Amino acid sequence: MGMMNANEERQKANRRLGLKMLWLVAASALFAVSLVPLYDVFCTVTGLNGKTENSAAQEFQSAVDEQRWVKVEFTSNVMPGLSWNFHPKQNSVMVRPGQIETVLFEAKNMTNEVVAGQAVPSVSPSSATTHVKKIECFCFVRQELQPGESKVMPLRFYVSPDLPQKVEVVTLSYAFFNAVKAVN
Amino acid sequence: MSYSATAHHDEHHDHPTGIMRWFTTTNHKDIGTMYLIFSLIMFMVGGFMILAVRAELFQPGMQLMQPEFYNQLIGVHALIMIFAALMPAATGFANWMLPLQLGAPDMALPRLNNWGFWLLPPAAILLTLPFALALIGIGDGAIATGWTFYAPLSTQGGIGVDFAIFAVHILGISSVMGSINVIVTIFNMRAPGMTLMKMPIFAWGWLITAFLLIATIPVLAGAVTMLLTDRHFGTHFFSAAGGGDPILFQHLFWFFGHPEVYIVLLPVWGFMPQILQTFSRKPMYGYKAQVYSLWAIGVLSLVVWAHHFFTVGMPIPALVYFMFSTMAISLPLAVLFFCWIATIWRGSMTFETPMLFAIGWIILFGIGGLTGLVLADVAADAQYHHTYFVVAHFHYTLFAGGIMGIMAGVYYWLPKMTGHMYSETLGKWHFWLTAISFNLTFIPQFFLGLAGMPRRIPDYALQFADFNAVSTVAAFVLGLAQLIFIYNVVQCARGGKKATDRVWEGAEGLEWTLPSPPPYHSFTVQPVIK
Ligand code: HEM
Ligand SMILES: [Cu+2]
Repeated sequence: MGMMNANEERQKANRRLGLKMLWLVAASALFAVSLVPLYDVFCTVTGLNGKTENSAAQEFQSAVDEQRWVKVEFTSNVMPGLSWNFHPKQNSVMVRPGQIETVLFEAKNMTNEVVAGQAVPSVSPSSATTHVKKIECFCFVRQELQPGESKVMPLRFYVSPDLPQKVEVVTLSYAFFNAVKAVN
Repeated sequence: MSYSATAHHDEHHDHPTGIMRWFTTTNHKDIGTMYLIFSLIMFMVGGFMILAVRAELFQPGMQLMQPEFYNQLIGVHALIMIFAALMPAATGFANWMLPLQLGAPDMALPRLNNWGFWLLPPAAILLTLPFALALIGIGDGAIATGWTFYAPLSTQGGIGVDFAIFAVHILGISSVMGSINVIVTIFNMRAPGMTLMKMPIFAWGWLITAFLLIATIPVLAGAVTMLLTDRHFGTHFFSAAGGGDPILFQHLFWFFGHPEVYIVLLPVWGFMPQILQTFSRKPMYGYKAQVYSLWAIGVLSLVVWAHHFFTVGMPIPALVYFMFSTMAISLPLAVLFFCWIATIWRGSMTFETPMLFAIGWIILFGIGGLTGLVLADVAADAQYHHTYFVVAHFHYTLFAGGIMGIMAGVYYWLPKMTGHMYSETLGKWHFWLTAISFNLTFIPQFFLGLAGMPRRIPDYALQFADFNAVSTVAAFVLGLAQLIFIYNVVQCARGGKKATDRVWEGAEGLEWTLPSPPPYHSFTVQPVIK
């Protein structure tokens, strides 16, 4: 009889510890879910992965650094599923840090349908990511093009003066995605 | 000590017989047997798939199959081998041997144990069903992304991806159940007097595996769930167009994926020293050092994941961190190697089949670890990433380190489990054929990788032809050699020379104090450890 009780005791203890383990599982699951926002915050704050803030920066007032030239290069990609032509009107510009610059990109819809696209920017090297400030960009919103329409789109930006000294060339790359496909 | 009383107890304790016994059983030995048989079957299925792949690679050009089908075969092969062959084999041993080694009457949560096993067959069916569905015109076959599910390939793939996602969910639930059971068993069910630092090292290996599974399986489950919602419910976790990031998937996957490689190995590192000490007839060297090293590897394995995608364009500090942390794992691993070698050093060794596999395992797994160090070098990895060098590396760790390790365990414990001796002659044939053909299969792949042959591509340039031909022929020998293993195991289960309780002259541990085979219920009265 004492034997029996000992057994039941133990089974209870086992079940209790088993249930406690579920808390561990829940903690890992919570960790897994929180990794997504953490990753985004981490990348935006550090600029790793070339992710830039995709919204308008404050208009900038302070002094332009007249001592320094930075070369800003532009590249463009059109992702599969979007039949557009898309390219920068100039491949690069030389800018003074702090000086606001406007460059133009051109997109043309090669299909006979109305198509919406979304441009996704990326900056390299990653140490420059947080220093490229966009005031106005075609990438802030979706662009919709009529059949055969072509559109010239501006980008107003500056490179902030606290860009690390060793960075002399910054590359700003845009990939255009089919925005409708992306949503469906 | 006499255990006949426990054996007797068995007679008037009835349990279902026939087929229902297996569906309803909560007995750790039954469940362990089912895990091991399931693992062996899936090992053959996965092996069959990859032989088809090797046949395609025998010559350059496309001979036997469409590229899409080729991609499906390699992906499902890997998923089966890792989730349905290696992991269940380790869980099978946990079921069979943990209670016997700890002096416990059963696993702590027997019903959970039964569910954990019976989730596996449906998962295996989910993985492979799309092949059959494609034959009758439904869908375009199984998952074709490789076992890594990388987005955006996996967000675009066919129904095979969905099936694989559900299979991974089910397998994950099964693993977590098994882990909880192992942890509770180890903490609550040890024989009186068996402190943690006195328990067999196999239990330590499994305990760490169980914690790693609990820490990482939910991350994998989360990642594939996000994949599922990206595919069907309009989310954009991994799609850049919608503000997501495909690289995030790689982080999530490898946060699970790297610990996973230790999850499948830690149980083997657990029982291997027991085999080594048995056939060297001297106590294992450095028990404590081994326990601490196992923990060090377990913890470190959680913080090195990004070495699987050095080439995505990480900043230098991240590269340096992941390179050095990865290399740091080889320090505790080297301690383990040292202890294994010191255990057999100047022992009175004999070379029965388990010992042959154990020695072969040390050497071949060593090659796997060393080539891993090469890959951990960021500068070198830029060249070797995604080539056959990586394929060869992880087969030295997973096939030699994992499967051959498991086989050492099978030969070691088979007489205990069945009560009969297997054929030593066939066992030796199996070992030598396996060891030789394994090397002939994968050494050429190192050279192919160094020469730049990419992995996961069904065709290749002419200059790679000779090495590929050798590798394919050897792979078929390797496959055939496993038939000897199956024959030997089946014959041993059906009969043969009676095994003694101790089985091996130098065997130490509670499992060897029981009769072979042990009674259905063992240790109903727990032994006391002094
Ligand atoms: C000191 C030990 C080890 C080191 C330093 C190491 C390092 C690495 C590195 C850097 C890679 C990525 C290579 C690339 O994709 O370019 C890799 C791949 C891999 N390793 Fe290891 N490894 C070690 C041990 C292991 C062990 C013990 C296992 C398994 C049991 C393992 C399994 C794998 C697998 C499966 C892959 C390829 C995954 C895939 O891309 O599909 N490695 N290893
Ligand atoms: Cu890894």
